[in-house]
Amino acid sequence: MSASILGLWNYWAVIVLMMTGLYIVTARDNLVKKVMGLNIFQVSVIMFYVSMAKVRGGTAPILVEGEETVLYSNPLPHVLMLTAIVVGVATTALALALVVRIQEAYGTVEEDELVRIDDDDG
Amino acid sequence: MSEHLPILQVVVPLLAGPLCLLLRHRLLVRGLATAVPLACLTIAGLLLHRVQQVGAISYHIGGWAPPLGIEYRIDLANAYVMVIVSAIAAVVMPFLPGHMGSAMVRRREHLFYAIFLLALAGLLGISATGDMFNAFVFLEIASLASYSLVALGRHRRALVAAYSYLIIGTIGGTFFLLGIGLMYQMTGTLNMVDLAHRLPEPMSPGTPGSRTVLVAFAFLAVGLSIKLAVFPLHQWLPRAYAHAPSAVSAFLAATSTKVSYYLLVRVVFSLFGAAYVFDALKLDRLLLPLSIVAMFAGSTAAIFQTDLKRLLAYSSVAQIGYMTLGVSLASVTGLTGGLVHLFNHALMKGGLFLAAACYGMRLRSSRIADLAGAGRLMPWTTAAFVTGGLALIGVPGTAGFVSKWYLVLAALEQGRWLVAVLVVASSLLAVAYVWRVVEVAYFADRDAGAHPIKEVPPLLLVPTWILIGATVYFGLRTELTAGVAEAAAGVLWESLR
Repeated sequence: MSASILGLWNYWAVIVLMMTGLYIVTARDNLVKKVMGLNIFQVSVIMFYVSMAKVRGGTAPILVEGEETVLYSNPLPHVLMLTAIVVGVATTALALALVVRIQEAYGTVEEDELVRIDDDDG
Repeated sequence: MSEHLPILQVVVPLLAGPLCLLLRHRLLVRGLATAVPLACLTIAGLLLHRVQQVGAISYHIGGWAPPLGIEYRIDLANAYVMVIVSAIAAVVMPFLPGHMGSAMVRRREHLFYAIFLLALAGLLGISATGDMFNAFVFLEIASLASYSLVALGRHRRALVAAYSYLIIGTIGGTFFLLGIGLMYQMTGTLNMVDLAHRLPEPMSPGTPGSRTVLVAFAFLAVGLSIKLAVFPLHQWLPRAYAHAPSAVSAFLAATSTKVSYYLLVRVVFSLFGAAYVFDALKLDRLLLPLSIVAMFAGSTAAIFQTDLKRLLAYSSVAQIGYMTLGVSLASVTGLTGGLVHLFNHALMKGGLFLAAACYGMRLRSSRIADLAGAGRLMPWTTAAFVTGGLALIGVPGTAGFVSKWYLVLAALEQGRWLVAVLVVASSLLAVAYVWRVVEVAYFADRDAGAHPIKEVPPLLLVPTWILIGATVYFGLRTELTAGVAEAAAGVLWESLR
């Protein structure tokens, strides 16, 4: 039992981060906090990819003259995550831009108040 | 030149988007934005023709051979999807200037076209690619562009709808990414063909890693189901489509969920295979009831709407139910039904939303009650709406009949009488919600004090009638749609194995 927790601690960290993010997204009324939750949620997946590719004692995959057998980490998931980070930044930027527009249009960024204003409109 | 068609299909709209930002001049941008979807349609048509003759085309980006390099793989299934996506984009284009309401937006018109072309590039990219991570990137390009397009709606509620669409869409996309990661962990590859070869081994129960593959499939399926708006993950859809500009609703309803459906079908049938998904996992036992509930819940909700666009959006939830029903029947006929409905529903829902856009332009409202008298004052638009509505119901002679025919046939093939009866019964609900609109449009008189309305100009009527006419045409001549869909279903069923 302890081996499956300690030996796979990176996966547990991913799960904890992921659930924290999802909880914030669903439980918070403040739209900015929801975006933060979404970020934590996305970061958990990035951490999953990065830790998956890490080889213990491994270094960057650069060919060194004279050393034929370099132990290196798998670079592919790391590279994929560069793209995923860009996607995450774009999503955050768009979400925050929408929050600014919502603040301008409604005068609030609290979800319960937005629902109330829309209901009053009929 | 012609061997580069698969990459041109994606690169042309992808480069045209930023080019709009540089051109800025209104007429130049409009010309470019009109030409690009037509060019995409030509390329997609050529690709479909070629694939029909020589079979699947594999394009190696940058000359790097798969599975290490990124491969674009065009077969019947995705060539078919690319034709419909670019055709809808081309038809919707004349409607876009009408949405430039305020002067502030009109000055930034080029931005609107840039986003629209990026959405098109994303949707075509998802269809063309043979690489899972590439599919994720295009899925996010298309989604980000869709969120911004939805936010351009006139009412401030569009902003809130776009925000909640963004939140739920990102959760779906991130689930999809996690599924890809888990698959990569077990197989060490991202290429779809390679995955199809390497996945079966860790899939067999009992072998180490079989649970990882199961979790990977769960994340992929749920992630795509969110993007596809499978009941009960459909909550974002009615809000987004109801508040987006009408032409954007037409474009998204006709393309975005369709491409997600294609990707789901690709994952289910090509990557994991029917044997794993249906025989081992019994996904059909979950998806079949959900599809049927979607058919009834979506249609019932549509009956009680007071807003025309919201009514059409709820109807979309029901129609997506028919498409997933095709998957859950787990047979080539069922999948054919699903793919035919993908095509037909894109035509009719695209046409209906365009008709709603015509109404919106003249009535300045999308409330059903405001349609009173529109039957006489806007005869062509209303006739288009009625024809599209008949197709939605599935009246013989329209495209909707063809897809429901295949679904009923697939259900009867397996002796599932109840499913066949339910497909027909849910169509009766469509009669109810289409009738509500028809009744107001033809049999109610317009208020004396209301502003006068007249028919929309031909520039908007012609695109609407192209789509509506196509639903009738493909209802009578089925070899083009059903023939290709049947062959595509066969390809998906067999493919990559």
